[in-house]
Amino acid sequence: MDILGTLIPVSLFLGGIGLAAFVWSLKSKQYDDPQGDANRILNKDWDDHPKP
Amino acid sequence: MTAMPRLETPLSACPACAAVPAAERLAAHAAAAPARLVLSLPGVHCAACISTVEGGLQRLPGVRSARVNLTLRRVSVDADAGVDAAALIAPLAALGYEAHELDPGLLSATETDRQGRELLMRLGVAGFAMMNVMLLSVAVWSGAEGATRDMFHWISAAIAIPTVLFCGQPFFRSAWASLKARRLGMDVPISLAIILASSISLYETTQGGHHAYFDAAVMLTFFLLAGRYLDHRTRAVARSAAGELAALEVPRALRLDGGAETLVAVGDLNPGDLVLVRPGGRMPVDGVVTLGASEIDRSLLTGETLPVYAGAGSVVSAGEVNLTGPLTLRVTAAGRDSSLHRMADLVAMAESAKTRYTSLADRAARLYSPGVHLLSFSAFGYWMWATGGDLRFAINISAAVLIITCPCALGLAVPAVVTAASGKLFRKGLLIKHGTALERLAEVDTVVFDKTGTLTLGAPEPMNIDAHSPADLTVAAALAGASAHPLSLALAAALRVRGVRPAPVTDLREVPGYGVEGRLDGRAVRLGRAGWAGQGDLSETATWLDNGTGTPAAFTFADRLRPGAAKAVAGLQAQGKAVLLLSGDTEGAVAGLAARLGIADWTAGALPAEKAARVAELAGQGRRVLMVGDGLNDTAALAAAHVSISPASALDAARTASDIVLLGSDIAPVADALRIARQARRRMKENFGISFAYNIIAVPLALVGLATPLAAALAMSLSSITVSLNALRLK
Repeated sequence: MDILGTLIPVSLFLGGIGLAAFVWSLKSKQYDDPQGDANRILNKDWDDHPKP
Repeated sequence: MTAMPRLETPLSACPACAAVPAAERLAAHAAAAPARLVLSLPGVHCAACISTVEGGLQRLPGVRSARVNLTLRRVSVDADAGVDAAALIAPLAALGYEAHELDPGLLSATETDRQGRELLMRLGVAGFAMMNVMLLSVAVWSGAEGATRDMFHWISAAIAIPTVLFCGQPFFRSAWASLKARRLGMDVPISLAIILASSISLYETTQGGHHAYFDAAVMLTFFLLAGRYLDHRTRAVARSAAGELAALEVPRALRLDGGAETLVAVGDLNPGDLVLVRPGGRMPVDGVVTLGASEIDRSLLTGETLPVYAGAGSVVSAGEVNLTGPLTLRVTAAGRDSSLHRMADLVAMAESAKTRYTSLADRAARLYSPGVHLLSFSAFGYWMWATGGDLRFAINISAAVLIITCPCALGLAVPAVVTAASGKLFRKGLLIKHGTALERLAEVDTVVFDKTGTLTLGAPEPMNIDAHSPADLTVAAALAGASAHPLSLALAAALRVRGVRPAPVTDLREVPGYGVEGRLDGRAVRLGRAGWAGQGDLSETATWLDNGTGTPAAFTFADRLRPGAAKAVAGLQAQGKAVLLLSGDTEGAVAGLAARLGIADWTAGALPAEKAARVAELAGQGRRVLMVGDGLNDTAALAAAHVSISPASALDAARTASDIVLLGSDIAPVADALRIARQARRRMKENFGISFAYNIIAVPLALVGLATPLAAALAMSLSSITVSLNALRLK
């Protein structure tokens, strides 16, 4: 059962990364326009070079 | 995570697919005010639209950045001071996009966004905590013992307590507010269950106890937040779209100061000011005509389709449309005192009466909250007595009762159905503005229609072209082509479709308020009002042609039916609803339309107050009335009805008074809306039934002390999922 001492912190840490990523995506307003974002990937404007 | 409701409007033709941006043309438009502008773009709907609009705007001088929001169909533009909305609208129109300036003050978009983001954040955190706590709980349920179990409980506590404190805040706040108002809302038992479950579990953990309800507390928070978020999203989308409609007409007027024309806000006008109204413009104020002659369209105010002559001395009211010639008005009442505003005040009064409607959810909560508290306290009392004062055991039982009965499913039962139904209606072109509108719509048994602008488009259509000689038709085509009067436009368009070539009429001249005249082969020819062509008025809408040789001939017109009107009326009658027609128009016009649509019960020449009185009378007979109307004359009736629908083309006041706005020009979805609303109501009731059934099974278990945390978790998730799936069954 000693393995629990390692696995539980690891699973919590990984979950925490997911949570942090969610918080970041929310703060950077990525859920404001879901329809627009779904369409923007079809846009050819910045295919060759990144947006400055 | 919850499923995001996808709300889509019916697709329109994509302007970007046809028109490629013409940058040079755009650059030609010069810029001239505030830094942040928001425009409504009803036409954008694809990737090409986004790049066309953003690219086109960014090429304009003074524009720093432009960002399209496709979900809300808006573009927000950051620009230098000196760029105004008109400078952006014209180039967008050149690209093929209709754009309207939105009043940022009315939108308050950032505020609602912030609320939505806050809820989403809490939902995400609760979801994370739920998964982790559940993982640990499964280990305990599958037989962890002693020190391992205690450790798992401690870790669960470390995750669950902060989560509950953070994520439960919306419930705690609203529970506190309702307690302060001395009411027992749904949020009181919810908050009590969450707090009690967490603190009991914490106490049990310190004592090394067997059962901890951390997973239940967190799961409860998660499911309830999901319901709350769905609810918020539906309302936010409706609110922003309704706000957009309200902001469409930014009210301005042309004031004449000594000879110079200045564009001023309607609010800045004072009685005595002179205002110029151009042909095609709407009267911004009540006033008296001092100069000019024209015809005015009163259909939005009175329902009359026939334009009325206006010359010096005529009294006009705000909201009427000037048709043929420029008019100068002396303002008699502006702003708060104008007839438009008085009508709006009337609506506000009727509105407050409407909010008294209790929704299904409220009625359920009213029964539920006291019942649950009573059950929990009596369980506590009984076990205190039965065990001879074992406080810990009794509190455990009463907490279990609270958790099991907690309205996870109840909290989702209504929002899930409302989200599914309003998404469905939105795709059909109906926008639900009011929270309880769906439920009220389901109860409707009588439908009252207005005529002009609702069942008809308010656009005339010539009826008797075949009765005229080909020579007359060519003269009529020439004369009608020279005027912007609605009857002329309709006649010219109909003649063009038939391939009639205009006769070579010279010296064409429009006489405002009368008609058009010209010369053909040395004879004077005229097209216009009956009196002008030397005739008496007909009962129908008509324009007269005097070809200079004999007796004048009349072209009669009927109002064009709105697409889907026949289908809507037939659909409603098939559903067994009584359909009535209440119009302010003349008897001949109304009778004709009623016969065409098969409406037996109709009233013509109804004044605004009579319409409202008729609706109130129907309500007095115990009928639930759905009023469909668009004009100012309908506003009081719309507000007095049980539930109301108005087309997007209606005046502000009418749209504000109605619960549902019809976005497209097709009126057929009205019949569907009634069907969907009834179905939605049935689903809501089923959902209450389902969550009640779960309680019937689970509560006795909790009362006798057999409810384990596993049973609580199962009951909670099963009922929530069944309820959501049931909502999705909506067809």
